[in-house]
Amino acid sequence: MKHIKTVVSPKLNVVNSGSGCGECRSSCQSACKTSCTVGNQVCEQKIAIHNKQRKK
Amino acid sequence: MHWFTCCGEYFLYDVESGSLHSVDKIIYDILEGKTEGYTAEDLSDAKAEMDELKKLGLIDAPAPKVDNLILGDEVKSICLHLSHDCNLRCKYCFAGQGAYHGERMNMPIEVAKAAVDFLIEKSGNRHTLEIDFFGGEPLMNMQVMKDTVNYIEEQCKIHNKKFKLTTTTNGILLSKEISDYLNEKMDNVVMSVDGRKSVHDNARPTPNGKGSFDLIIDKFKYFRSIRGNKDYFIRGTFTHDNLDFSKDVLYINELGFDQISMEPVVLPESNPMAITEKDLPGLLAEYETLVSEYISRRKDKSSWFSFFHFLVELENGPCYKKRLVGCGAGGEYLAVTPDGNIYPCHQFAGEKDYLIGNVFDKKLNEDIRNIFKNSNLMTKSACKNCWARYHCSGGCNANAIHYNGDINKPYNLACALVKKRLECALYVYAKEFGEIY
Repeated sequence: MKHIKTVVSPKLNVVNSGSGCGECRSSCQSACKTSCTVGNQVCEQKIAIHNKQRKK
Repeated sequence: MHWFTCCGEYFLYDVESGSLHSVDKIIYDILEGKTEGYTAEDLSDAKAEMDELKKLGLIDAPAPKVDNLILGDEVKSICLHLSHDCNLRCKYCFAGQGAYHGERMNMPIEVAKAAVDFLIEKSGNRHTLEIDFFGGEPLMNMQVMKDTVNYIEEQCKIHNKKFKLTTTTNGILLSKEISDYLNEKMDNVVMSVDGRKSVHDNARPTPNGKGSFDLIIDKFKYFRSIRGNKDYFIRGTFTHDNLDFSKDVLYINELGFDQISMEPVVLPESNPMAITEKDLPGLLAEYETLVSEYISRRKDKSSWFSFFHFLVELENGPCYKKRLVGCGAGGEYLAVTPDGNIYPCHQFAGEKDYLIGNVFDKKLNEDIRNIFKNSNLMTKSACKNCWARYHCSGGCNANAIHYNGDINKPYNLACALVKKRLECALYVYAKEFGEIY
Protein backbone atom coordinates (compact mmCIF):
# COMPACT_ATOMS: atom_id res chain seq x y z
CA MET A 1 0.00 0.00 0.00
CA LYS A 2 1.18 3.52 -0.78
CA HIS A 3 -0.51 5.33 2.08
CA ILE A 4 -0.87 2.82 4.92
CA LYS A 5 1.58 0.53 6.65
CA THR A 6 -0.06 -1.89 9.07
CA VAL A 7 2.00 -2.18 12.26
CA VAL A 8 -0.02 -4.95 13.88
CA SER A 9 -3.32 -6.65 13.07
CA PRO A 10 -4.32 -8.92 15.95
CA LYS A 11 -8.07 -9.05 15.04
CA LEU A 12 -8.97 -9.07 18.71
CA ASN A 13 -12.68 -8.95 17.96
CA VAL A 14 -12.40 -12.34 16.27
CA VAL A 15 -9.81 -14.21 18.30
CA ASN A 16 -9.80 -12.61 21.71
CA SER A 17 -12.99 -13.84 23.31
CA GLY A 18 -10.87 -15.60 25.94
CA SER A 19 -12.02 -17.75 28.79
CA GLY A 20 -11.71 -15.20 31.57
CA CYS A 21 -9.66 -17.77 33.47
CA GLY A 22 -8.51 -15.12 35.95
CA GLU A 23 -4.95 -16.38 36.17
CA CYS A 24 -3.55 -13.00 35.13
CA ARG A 25 -2.37 -10.32 37.51
CA SER A 26 -4.81 -7.88 39.09
CA SER A 27 -4.02 -4.61 37.39
CA CYS A 28 -3.77 -2.67 40.63
CA GLN A 29 -1.16 -5.05 42.02
CA SER A 30 1.46 -3.80 39.62
CA ALA A 31 2.76 -0.30 39.73
CA CYS A 32 -0.22 1.94 39.57
CA LYS A 33 -2.62 1.73 42.52
CA THR A 34 -4.43 4.76 41.16
CA SER A 35 -5.00 4.03 37.49
CA CYS A 36 -6.61 0.99 35.97
CA THR A 37 -4.00 -0.10 33.47
CA VAL A 38 -5.16 -3.31 31.86
CA GLY A 39 -3.96 -2.87 28.27
CA ASN A 40 -0.30 -3.49 29.05
CA GLN A 41 -0.91 -6.79 30.78
CA VAL A 42 -0.17 -10.07 29.12
CA CYS A 43 -2.59 -12.99 29.02
CA GLU A 44 -1.16 -15.83 31.09
CA GLN A 45 -2.42 -18.33 28.55
CA LYS A 46 -0.50 -16.88 25.65
CA ILE A 47 3.18 -17.19 25.05
CA ALA A 48 4.49 -13.83 26.08
CA ILE A 49 6.35 -11.85 23.52
CA HIS A 50 5.94 -8.95 25.88
CA ASN A 51 9.46 -9.35 27.21
CA LYS A 52 10.58 -7.70 24.01
CA GLN A 53 9.12 -4.53 25.43
CA ARG A 54 9.70 -4.98 29.11
CA LYS A 55 13.21 -6.31 29.34
CA LYS A 56 16.46 -5.26 27.83
CA MET B 1 -11.47 4.12 14.80
CA HIS B 2 -9.10 6.61 16.33
CA TRP B 3 -6.60 8.65 14.35
CA PHE B 4 -3.92 10.72 16.00
CA THR B 5 -0.52 12.31 15.66
CA CYS B 6 2.43 11.74 17.92
CA CYS B 7 5.84 13.37 17.51
CA GLY B 8 4.76 14.55 14.05
CA GLU B 9 3.74 11.13 12.72
CA TYR B 10 0.26 9.90 11.82
CA PHE B 11 -1.54 6.80 13.06
CA LEU B 12 -4.85 5.01 12.78
CA TYR B 13 -5.93 2.65 15.55
CA ASP B 14 -8.92 0.39 15.15
CA VAL B 15 -10.63 -0.04 18.50
CA GLU B 16 -12.34 -3.40 18.05
CA SER B 17 -9.76 -5.28 16.00
CA GLY B 18 -6.86 -3.72 17.90
CA SER B 19 -5.07 -3.02 14.61
CA LEU B 20 -2.54 -0.22 14.45
CA HIS B 21 -1.57 1.46 11.19
CA SER B 22 1.01 4.05 10.35
CA VAL B 23 -0.56 6.35 7.76
CA ASP B 24 0.54 9.29 5.66
CA LYS B 25 -0.87 12.79 5.87
CA ILE B 26 -3.38 12.23 3.06
CA ILE B 27 -5.12 9.47 4.99
CA TYR B 28 -5.03 11.54 8.17
CA ASP B 29 -6.48 14.57 6.41
CA ILE B 30 -9.23 12.51 4.79
CA LEU B 31 -10.19 11.20 8.23
CA GLU B 32 -10.20 14.78 9.47
CA GLY B 33 -12.46 15.76 6.55
CA LYS B 34 -9.76 17.95 4.98
CA THR B 35 -9.44 17.13 1.30
CA GLU B 36 -8.40 20.51 -0.11
CA GLY B 37 -5.08 20.59 -1.91
CA TYR B 38 -5.10 16.93 -2.95
CA THR B 39 -5.70 15.68 -6.47
CA ALA B 40 -8.70 13.49 -7.21
CA GLU B 41 -6.31 10.65 -7.99
CA ASP B 42 -4.50 10.96 -4.64
CA LEU B 43 -7.78 10.93 -2.76
CA SER B 44 -9.12 8.03 -4.75
CA ASP B 45 -5.96 5.95 -4.14
CA ALA B 46 -6.01 6.67 -0.42
CA LYS B 47 -9.69 5.87 -0.05
CA ALA B 48 -9.23 2.62 -1.98
CA GLU B 49 -6.56 1.55 0.53
CA MET B 50 -8.89 2.29 3.42
CA ASP B 51 -11.64 0.26 1.71
CA GLU B 52 -9.19 -2.60 1.37
CA LEU B 53 -8.38 -2.50 5.09
CA LYS B 54 -12.04 -2.46 5.90
CA LYS B 55 -12.62 -5.56 3.78
CA LEU B 56 -9.81 -7.27 5.70
CA GLY B 57 -11.49 -6.39 9.00
CA LEU B 58 -8.64 -4.13 10.06
CA ILE B 59 -10.56 -0.87 10.33
CA ASP B 60 -14.15 -0.21 11.30
CA ALA B 61 -14.28 -3.75 12.65
CA PRO B 62 -17.45 -4.71 14.52
CA ALA B 63 -17.47 -5.37 18.26
CA PRO B 64 -17.51 -9.02 19.30
CA LYS B 65 -20.52 -10.52 20.99
CA VAL B 66 -19.89 -11.14 24.66
CA ASP B 67 -22.48 -13.53 25.98
CA ASN B 68 -21.42 -14.17 29.51
CA LEU B 69 -20.27 -11.39 31.81
CA ILE B 70 -21.52 -12.98 34.99
CA LEU B 71 -18.71 -12.74 37.50
CA GLY B 72 -18.03 -15.48 39.99
CA ASP B 73 -17.56 -15.08 43.72
CA GLU B 74 -13.91 -16.05 43.68
CA VAL B 75 -11.29 -13.81 45.23
CA LYS B 76 -7.80 -14.04 43.79
CA SER B 77 -5.99 -11.01 45.04
CA ILE B 78 -5.60 -9.18 48.34
CA CYS B 79 -3.99 -5.89 49.21
CA LEU B 80 -2.80 -6.70 52.72
CA HIS B 81 -2.40 -3.58 54.85
CA LEU B 82 0.40 -4.82 57.09
CA SER B 83 0.67 -1.44 58.73
CA HIS B 84 -1.57 1.55 59.12
CA ASP B 85 1.39 3.58 60.17
CA CYS B 86 4.10 5.30 58.21
CA ASN B 87 7.52 6.82 58.77
CA LEU B 88 6.96 9.50 56.13
CA ARG B 89 4.35 12.23 55.90
CA CYS B 90 3.82 12.54 52.15
CA LYS B 91 1.75 15.61 51.43
CA TYR B 92 -0.50 13.95 48.85
CA CYS B 93 -1.07 10.70 50.73
CA PHE B 94 -4.57 9.32 50.15
CA ALA B 95 -4.19 7.25 53.29
CA GLY B 96 -4.01 10.05 55.84
CA GLN B 97 -0.20 9.83 56.14
CA GLY B 98 -0.48 6.10 56.66
CA ALA B 99 -3.20 5.89 59.31
CA TYR B 100 -6.14 5.87 56.86
CA HIS B 101 -7.84 8.52 59.01
CA GLY B 102 -7.99 6.07 61.93
CA GLU B 103 -5.75 4.62 64.60
CA ARG B 104 -2.09 3.97 63.77
CA MET B 105 -1.58 0.22 64.12
CA ASN B 106 0.21 -2.80 62.72
CA MET B 107 -1.51 -5.96 61.55
CA PRO B 108 -1.14 -8.85 64.05
CA ILE B 109 0.05 -12.17 62.60
CA GLU B 110 -3.30 -13.77 63.49
CA VAL B 111 -5.07 -11.34 61.14
CA ALA B 112 -2.53 -11.86 58.37
CA LYS B 113 -2.89 -15.65 58.60
CA ALA B 114 -6.68 -15.36 58.63
CA ALA B 115 -6.46 -13.18 55.49
CA VAL B 116 -4.36 -15.86 53.76
CA ASP B 117 -6.87 -18.55 54.82
CA PHE B 118 -9.73 -16.34 53.60
CA LEU B 119 -8.07 -15.83 50.22
CA ILE B 120 -7.41 -19.53 49.73
CA GLU B 121 -10.93 -20.47 50.79
CA LYS B 122 -12.56 -17.89 48.52
CA SER B 123 -10.30 -18.57 45.53
CA GLY B 124 -12.23 -21.58 44.27
CA ASN B 125 -10.47 -23.07 41.27
CA ARG B 126 -8.15 -20.11 40.75
CA HIS B 127 -4.62 -21.41 40.95
CA THR B 128 -2.54 -18.22 40.92
CA LEU B 129 -3.28 -15.90 43.84
CA GLU B 130 -1.73 -12.56 44.77
CA ILE B 131 -0.90 -10.65 47.90
CA ASP B 132 0.49 -7.12 47.93
CA PHE B 133 2.09 -6.24 51.25
CA PHE B 134 0.93 -2.66 51.54
CA GLY B 135 0.55 0.11 54.07
CA GLY B 136 1.11 2.68 55.39
CA GLU B 137 4.62 1.39 55.28
CA PRO B 138 4.71 -2.42 55.34
CA LEU B 139 8.37 -2.65 56.40
CA MET B 140 7.27 -1.20 59.77
CA ASN B 141 5.79 -4.65 60.39
CA MET B 142 8.62 -6.74 58.98
CA GLN B 143 8.40 -9.71 61.31
CA VAL B 144 4.74 -10.20 60.47
CA MET B 145 5.60 -10.01 56.77
CA LYS B 146 8.18 -12.77 57.22
CA ASP B 147 5.84 -14.91 59.31
CA THR B 148 3.06 -14.41 56.74
CA VAL B 149 5.35 -15.41 53.88
CA ASN B 150 6.33 -18.57 55.80
CA TYR B 151 2.65 -19.33 56.35
CA ILE B 152 1.85 -18.76 52.67
CA GLU B 153 4.64 -21.15 51.66
CA GLU B 154 3.16 -23.86 53.92
CA GLN B 155 -0.40 -23.32 52.75
CA CYS B 156 0.57 -23.27 49.05
CA LYS B 157 1.71 -26.86 49.28
CA ILE B 158 -1.34 -27.99 51.23
CA HIS B 159 -3.85 -26.35 48.88
CA ASN B 160 -1.90 -26.55 45.60
CA LYS B 161 -1.93 -22.80 45.03
CA LYS B 162 0.69 -20.48 43.63
CA PHE B 163 1.14 -17.06 45.24
CA LYS B 164 2.62 -14.01 43.58
CA LEU B 165 3.84 -11.57 46.20
CA THR B 166 4.45 -7.84 45.93
CA THR B 167 5.71 -5.27 48.41
CA THR B 168 5.27 -1.53 48.08
CA THR B 169 7.75 0.45 50.19
CA ASN B 170 9.01 3.97 50.78
CA GLY B 171 12.49 2.57 51.46
CA ILE B 172 13.21 4.15 54.83
CA LEU B 173 13.69 0.77 56.55
CA LEU B 174 15.11 -1.04 53.52
CA SER B 175 18.33 -2.44 55.01
CA LYS B 176 20.58 -4.73 52.98
CA GLU B 177 19.22 -7.69 54.92
CA ILE B 178 15.62 -6.75 54.12
CA SER B 179 16.55 -6.05 50.49
CA ASP B 180 18.03 -9.53 50.19
CA TYR B 181 14.90 -11.00 51.76
CA LEU B 182 12.50 -9.11 49.47
CA ASN B 183 14.61 -9.96 46.45
CA GLU B 184 14.28 -13.65 47.27
CA LYS B 185 10.61 -13.75 48.23
CA MET B 186 8.83 -11.06 46.21
CA ASP B 187 7.71 -11.36 42.59
CA ASN B 188 7.55 -7.59 42.39
CA VAL B 189 8.85 -4.78 44.58
CA VAL B 190 7.47 -1.28 44.14
CA MET B 191 9.71 1.48 45.49
CA SER B 192 8.51 5.04 45.82
CA VAL B 193 10.67 7.82 44.37
CA ASP B 194 9.17 11.00 42.94
CA GLY B 195 12.19 12.04 40.90
CA ARG B 196 14.57 14.92 41.43
CA LYS B 197 15.71 15.40 45.01
CA SER B 198 13.95 18.76 45.35
CA VAL B 199 10.68 17.30 44.03
CA HIS B 200 10.91 14.19 46.20
CA ASP B 201 11.89 16.10 49.35
CA ASN B 202 9.05 18.57 48.88
CA ALA B 203 6.37 15.91 48.51
CA ARG B 204 7.72 13.15 50.76
CA PRO B 205 9.02 14.64 54.03
CA THR B 206 9.81 12.78 57.23
CA PRO B 207 7.61 13.37 60.32
CA ASN B 208 10.02 16.11 61.42
CA GLY B 209 9.67 17.89 58.09
CA LYS B 210 12.99 17.02 56.49
CA GLY B 211 13.42 15.61 53.00
CA SER B 212 13.63 11.84 52.61
CA PHE B 213 15.48 11.50 49.28
CA ASP B 214 18.92 11.00 50.84
CA LEU B 215 17.49 8.44 53.27
CA ILE B 216 16.21 6.11 50.59
CA ILE B 217 18.01 6.46 47.29
CA ASP B 218 21.14 4.43 48.04
CA LYS B 219 18.95 1.67 49.51
CA PHE B 220 16.93 1.50 46.30
CA LYS B 221 20.15 1.50 44.26
CA TYR B 222 21.39 -1.48 46.28
CA PHE B 223 18.11 -3.30 45.68
CA ARG B 224 18.40 -2.64 41.95
CA SER B 225 21.95 -3.95 41.97
CA ILE B 226 20.86 -7.33 43.30
CA ARG B 227 17.52 -7.58 41.45
CA GLY B 228 18.79 -8.80 38.07
CA ASN B 229 15.93 -9.38 35.62
CA LYS B 230 13.22 -9.87 38.22
CA ASP B 231 10.34 -7.41 38.39
CA TYR B 232 10.54 -4.20 40.33
CA PHE B 233 9.28 -0.68 39.79
CA ILE B 234 10.43 2.73 40.83
CA ARG B 235 7.04 4.31 41.25
CA GLY B 236 6.59 8.05 41.55
CA THR B 237 3.75 10.49 41.82
CA PHE B 238 3.69 13.82 40.06
CA THR B 239 1.64 16.78 41.22
CA HIS B 240 0.89 20.37 40.30
CA ASP B 241 4.31 21.17 41.80
CA ASN B 242 6.19 19.22 39.11
CA LEU B 243 4.19 19.44 35.93
CA ASP B 244 7.53 19.00 34.14
CA PHE B 245 7.55 15.42 35.42
CA SER B 246 9.38 14.07 32.37
CA LYS B 247 12.53 15.47 33.98
CA ASP B 248 11.82 13.35 37.04
CA VAL B 249 11.30 10.18 35.02
CA LEU B 250 14.51 10.77 33.10
CA TYR B 251 16.41 11.61 36.29
CA ILE B 252 15.30 8.32 37.87
CA ASN B 253 16.59 6.55 34.75
CA GLU B 254 19.92 8.40 35.09
CA LEU B 255 20.21 7.07 38.64
CA GLY B 256 20.41 3.59 37.12
CA PHE B 257 16.80 2.39 37.27
CA ASP B 258 15.17 0.82 34.24
CA GLN B 259 11.60 -0.01 35.30
CA ILE B 260 9.79 3.21 36.06
CA SER B 261 6.22 4.28 36.66
CA MET B 262 5.05 7.84 37.31
CA GLU B 263 1.41 8.40 38.22
CA PRO B 264 -0.55 11.65 38.32
CA VAL B 265 -1.65 12.57 41.82
CA VAL B 266 -5.34 12.22 42.64
CA LEU B 267 -6.44 15.01 44.97
CA PRO B 268 -9.47 17.29 45.36
CA GLU B 269 -9.18 20.46 43.30
CA SER B 270 -8.99 22.55 46.47
CA ASN B 271 -5.58 21.05 47.32
CA PRO B 272 -2.70 23.18 45.97
CA MET B 273 -0.90 20.03 44.77
CA ALA B 274 -3.92 18.86 42.77
CA ILE B 275 -3.77 18.52 39.01
CA THR B 276 -6.59 20.45 37.39
CA GLU B 277 -8.11 20.90 33.94
CA LYS B 278 -5.90 23.96 33.45
CA ASP B 279 -2.82 21.78 33.73
CA LEU B 280 -3.94 19.39 31.01
CA PRO B 281 -2.49 21.00 27.84
CA GLY B 282 0.93 21.21 29.45
CA LEU B 283 0.75 17.65 30.74
CA LEU B 284 -0.22 16.24 27.37
CA ALA B 285 2.76 18.01 25.82
CA GLU B 286 4.94 16.71 28.65
CA TYR B 287 4.07 13.10 27.79
CA GLU B 288 5.10 13.79 24.21
CA THR B 289 8.39 15.29 25.38
CA LEU B 290 8.96 12.19 27.46
CA VAL B 291 8.12 9.71 24.73
CA SER B 292 10.53 11.34 22.32
CA GLU B 293 13.45 10.97 24.75
CA TYR B 294 12.18 7.51 25.79
CA ILE B 295 12.50 6.19 22.24
CA SER B 296 15.98 7.62 22.02
CA ARG B 297 17.18 6.12 25.33
CA ARG B 298 15.79 2.68 24.53
CA LYS B 299 18.16 2.43 21.57
CA ASP B 300 21.14 2.24 23.91
CA LYS B 301 21.42 -0.65 26.37
CA SER B 302 23.05 1.58 28.99
CA SER B 303 20.12 4.01 29.11
CA TRP B 304 17.27 1.63 28.14
CA PHE B 305 14.25 1.74 30.42
CA SER B 306 10.60 0.81 30.43
CA PHE B 307 7.94 3.31 31.41
CA PHE B 308 4.84 1.60 32.75
CA HIS B 309 2.35 3.77 30.87
CA PHE B 310 4.19 3.55 27.57
CA LEU B 311 3.88 -0.23 27.53
CA VAL B 312 1.03 -1.73 25.58
CA GLU B 313 0.34 -5.36 24.80
CA LEU B 314 -1.29 -5.39 21.37
CA GLU B 315 -1.00 -9.07 20.46
CA ASN B 316 -0.97 -11.05 23.69
CA GLY B 317 -3.04 -8.84 25.93
CA PRO B 318 -5.90 -9.74 28.26
CA CYS B 319 -9.10 -11.45 27.10
CA TYR B 320 -12.30 -9.50 26.57
CA LYS B 321 -13.72 -10.41 29.92
CA LYS B 322 -10.74 -8.88 31.67
CA ARG B 323 -10.91 -5.78 29.49
CA LEU B 324 -14.58 -5.31 30.33
CA VAL B 325 -14.19 -5.84 34.05
CA GLY B 326 -10.91 -4.03 34.80
CA CYS B 327 -9.22 -4.14 38.18
CA GLY B 328 -11.75 -6.43 39.85
CA ALA B 329 -12.01 -4.30 43.01
CA GLY B 330 -14.80 -5.50 45.25
CA GLY B 331 -14.95 -8.76 43.32
CA GLU B 332 -11.81 -10.77 42.82
CA TYR B 333 -9.61 -8.06 44.37
CA LEU B 334 -10.09 -6.94 47.98
CA ALA B 335 -8.16 -5.04 50.63
CA VAL B 336 -7.70 -6.22 54.23
CA THR B 337 -6.85 -3.69 56.96
CA PRO B 338 -4.86 -4.39 60.18
CA ASP B 339 -8.05 -5.18 62.12
CA GLY B 340 -9.07 -7.77 59.53
CA ASN B 341 -11.76 -5.64 57.91
CA ILE B 342 -12.35 -6.17 54.22
CA TYR B 343 -12.89 -3.34 51.73
CA PRO B 344 -13.31 -3.26 47.93
CA CYS B 345 -9.76 -1.94 47.51
CA HIS B 346 -7.06 -0.04 49.37
CA GLN B 347 -8.64 3.30 48.47
CA PHE B 348 -11.76 2.50 50.52
CA ALA B 349 -9.93 1.35 53.67
CA GLY B 350 -11.63 2.77 56.73
CA GLU B 351 -14.79 3.93 54.91
CA LYS B 352 -17.71 2.42 56.84
CA ASP B 353 -20.05 2.61 53.86
CA TYR B 354 -17.75 0.26 52.00
CA LEU B 355 -17.00 -2.27 54.74
CA ILE B 356 -17.55 -5.67 53.14
CA GLY B 357 -16.75 -7.95 56.09
CA ASN B 358 -13.95 -9.31 58.24
CA VAL B 359 -11.50 -12.14 57.62
CA PHE B 360 -12.53 -13.89 60.84
CA ASP B 361 -16.27 -14.22 60.20
CA LYS B 362 -15.85 -14.57 56.41
CA LYS B 363 -19.41 -13.43 55.78
CA LEU B 364 -19.30 -10.83 53.02
CA ASN B 365 -21.71 -7.99 52.36
CA GLU B 366 -22.70 -8.99 48.84
CA ASP B 367 -24.73 -5.79 48.34
CA ILE B 368 -21.52 -3.78 48.43
CA ARG B 369 -19.64 -6.31 46.32
CA ASN B 370 -22.43 -6.18 43.75
CA ILE B 371 -22.04 -2.42 43.32
CA PHE B 372 -18.60 -3.24 41.94
CA LYS B 373 -19.35 -6.53 40.24
CA ASN B 374 -22.29 -5.00 38.37
CA SER B 375 -20.18 -2.16 37.02
CA ASN B 376 -18.13 -2.68 33.87
CA LEU B 377 -17.32 -1.05 30.55
CA MET B 378 -20.84 -1.64 29.30
CA THR B 379 -22.47 0.17 32.25
CA LYS B 380 -20.33 3.31 31.85
CA SER B 381 -21.94 5.55 29.25
CA ALA B 382 -18.86 7.75 28.89
CA CYS B 383 -16.82 4.69 27.90
CA LYS B 384 -19.13 3.20 25.32
CA ASN B 385 -17.71 5.22 22.46
CA CYS B 386 -14.26 5.92 23.87
CA TRP B 387 -11.46 4.58 21.69
CA ALA B 388 -9.25 3.77 24.69
CA ARG B 389 -11.83 1.70 26.56
CA TYR B 390 -10.23 -1.71 26.15
CA HIS B 391 -6.98 -0.46 27.65
CA CYS B 392 -8.17 1.28 30.82
CA SER B 393 -11.33 -0.82 31.24
CA GLY B 394 -13.34 2.16 32.43
CA GLY B 395 -10.72 3.53 34.80
CA CYS B 396 -10.38 3.45 38.55
CA ASN B 397 -13.71 2.75 40.26
CA ALA B 398 -12.53 4.36 43.50
CA ASN B 399 -11.77 7.61 41.68
CA ALA B 400 -15.19 7.52 40.01
CA ILE B 401 -16.91 7.11 43.37
CA HIS B 402 -14.78 9.61 45.26
CA TYR B 403 -14.87 12.34 42.62
CA ASN B 404 -18.19 11.86 40.87
CA GLY B 405 -20.17 9.94 43.48
CA ASP B 406 -21.00 7.31 40.89
CA ILE B 407 -19.02 4.20 40.03
CA ASN B 408 -20.25 4.48 36.44
CA LYS B 409 -18.95 8.04 35.93
CA PRO B 410 -15.20 7.93 35.30
CA TYR B 411 -12.89 10.67 36.56
CA ASN B 412 -12.51 12.91 33.50
CA LEU B 413 -9.06 14.22 34.18
CA ALA B 414 -7.65 10.70 34.40
CA CYS B 415 -9.38 9.82 31.12
CA ALA B 416 -7.60 12.62 29.26
CA LEU B 417 -4.22 11.51 30.58
CA VAL B 418 -4.88 7.83 29.90
CA LYS B 419 -5.70 8.59 26.28
CA LYS B 420 -2.53 10.61 25.73
CA ARG B 421 -0.38 7.93 27.38
CA LEU B 422 -1.94 5.29 25.20
CA GLU B 423 -1.26 7.29 22.05
CA CYS B 424 2.36 7.53 23.17
CA ALA B 425 2.43 3.78 23.87
CA LEU B 426 1.06 3.01 20.40
CA TYR B 427 3.67 5.33 18.91
CA VAL B 428 6.45 3.49 20.78
CA TYR B 429 5.06 0.16 19.63
CA ALA B 430 4.98 1.32 16.01
CA LYS B 431 8.50 2.75 16.17
CA GLU B 432 9.97 -0.37 17.74
CA PHE B 433 8.01 -3.17 16.10
CA GLY B 434 6.68 -1.79 12.85
CA GLU B 435 7.37 0.30 9.82
CA ILE B 436 6.42 3.93 9.85
CA TYR B 437 5.77 6.45 7.12
